[in-house]
Amino acid sequence: MKIAVLSGKGGTGKTLVAVNLAAVTAPSCYIDCDVEEPNGHLFFKPTSIKSKPISVLLPQVDPLLCDGCRACVEFCQFNALAYVQNKLMVFDEICHSCGGCMLVCPQKALTEREKVIGSVEEGSSEQVYVKSGFLNPGESSGIPVIKALLDSREPELSENTWIDCPPGSACIVMESIREADYCVLVAEPTLFGVHNLAMVHELVKLFKKPYGVVLNKCLPEVNPAEEYCKEHEIPILDKIPFDHYLGELNAKGIIVSRESEEYRNRFLGIWERIQEEVQQ
Amino acid sequence: MKLMVPVDEKNMQTDVCISFGRAPYFMLYDTDSQTAEFIDNDAVHRQGGAGIRAAQLISDFHPDALLTPRCGDNAADVIKGAGIPMMKAIKGKATDNVQAYKEGRLEVLGETHPGLHQHGGC
Repeated sequence: MKIAVLSGKGGTGKTLVAVNLAAVTAPSCYIDCDVEEPNGHLFFKPTSIKSKPISVLLPQVDPLLCDGCRACVEFCQFNALAYVQNKLMVFDEICHSCGGCMLVCPQKALTEREKVIGSVEEGSSEQVYVKSGFLNPGESSGIPVIKALLDSREPELSENTWIDCPPGSACIVMESIREADYCVLVAEPTLFGVHNLAMVHELVKLFKKPYGVVLNKCLPEVNPAEEYCKEHEIPILDKIPFDHYLGELNAKGIIVSRESEEYRNRFLGIWERIQEEVQQ
Repeated sequence: MKLMVPVDEKNMQTDVCISFGRAPYFMLYDTDSQTAEFIDNDAVHRQGGAGIRAAQLISDFHPDALLTPRCGDNAADVIKGAGIPMMKAIKGKATDNVQAYKEGRLEVLGETHPGLHQHGGC
C-alpha cells in the first residue's frame, strides 16, 4: 500500500509522522517528495547510497536551419520562446519540456538538450528503503524529480510505501499523492492550522482519496483543527500531544519510535487505524 | 518616430498601465503624424510567460522606444534582444509620457524585476 502524508503548510509534522510510520512498519519504503527541502534523510541517515542526476529536456536551435517561421513561438502555450532580430530565444525556466516545439518545427531546426535540475538518492536504514529527491536551488519545478522518485522501483520486500509530500496543495503535491492509496493529513491546533488543513482536505476530496487526520502538537485547550474534523466528519487517526521530549529528540535528528517504546506503540496505533480505515 | 506604451484604455486620454505583460492594450504613438494605434495584448489571459509574449508582440511593431513603468526580466531580455530602448514611464496619462520622452525627461528603465511566475503553478 502507498500512503501519502501531507499538510497545508510546513512545520506541522509531516516528516515526523511519515518517518516514524515508515520506521514502525519496516520493511518499508520511505520517499521524500519534499524536494525543495528534503529532510527525511537527516533522520534515517541511510547508508549504501546510490545517487543519480535528474534532467529535463530543453529545446536548442540550430540557427543555420531556423528560417524564422515562428511555428514554435506560436505553439508554445507557456511562452517559453520568442523570436526577435532573426534569433530564437529560449527561456529555460519557463519551458515545461513538452517537446511540442520540436514536433511543429518544419525545418527540424530544434533538438533537445539535457539540463540537470536535481538528483535522487536511494539508500537503506534498518529495513527502511529511503529515497530522497533533491531539487537544485533556482529551479522552478520539482515535478520531474518527484516523477523520477515515484517511478523508480522499490525493493520487493517493502510492503508499504510512505510518501512524505511537499507542503501546500499545489501541483507538486498533486503529483506526490497521485498513486497513493490513502492520505494522512497532519494538522496543527491553531486557526491557521485549520485554514491549511481545509486546503489539503479539499485536495484529497478532489482526488477521491480515502483520508484521515493526525492532530499534532495537541494542547489541553480547545483544538480548532479537531473541531474542523468533527464538523466535516473526518476520521481522526491520533492526537499527538505537544511534548518537549519529542521535540528534543526530533531536533537531534533521532527517530522517536526507534528510541521510545511509548512512541513506537503510538505510531503502531496510527498504522492500525489506517488499516482499519482502508478496510472499511 | 514610433513609441510603444502599455495602457489601460483604447483612447488618447488613457493612463499608462502599471503592468507591462498584462496590460490590456499597447498604444503605438507616431510622433510625426501625432496619431495613435491601439493594439490588443493577447498575452493578458495567458497563464504564464505573459511578459515574453507581450514583448514579442510589441517587438514585431519595431517601435523606436518602449515607455513602461516596469518590466519583468524575461520580457526585458526579449526587448533588449530586439534592440528597443526601454524608458521608465511615469504614472499618469500616456500622452504626457510621450511628451516627456520627446523633451528628454524620461529616464532609462534601469531596474527590471524577477517575473511574477508560477501563476499557474507547475
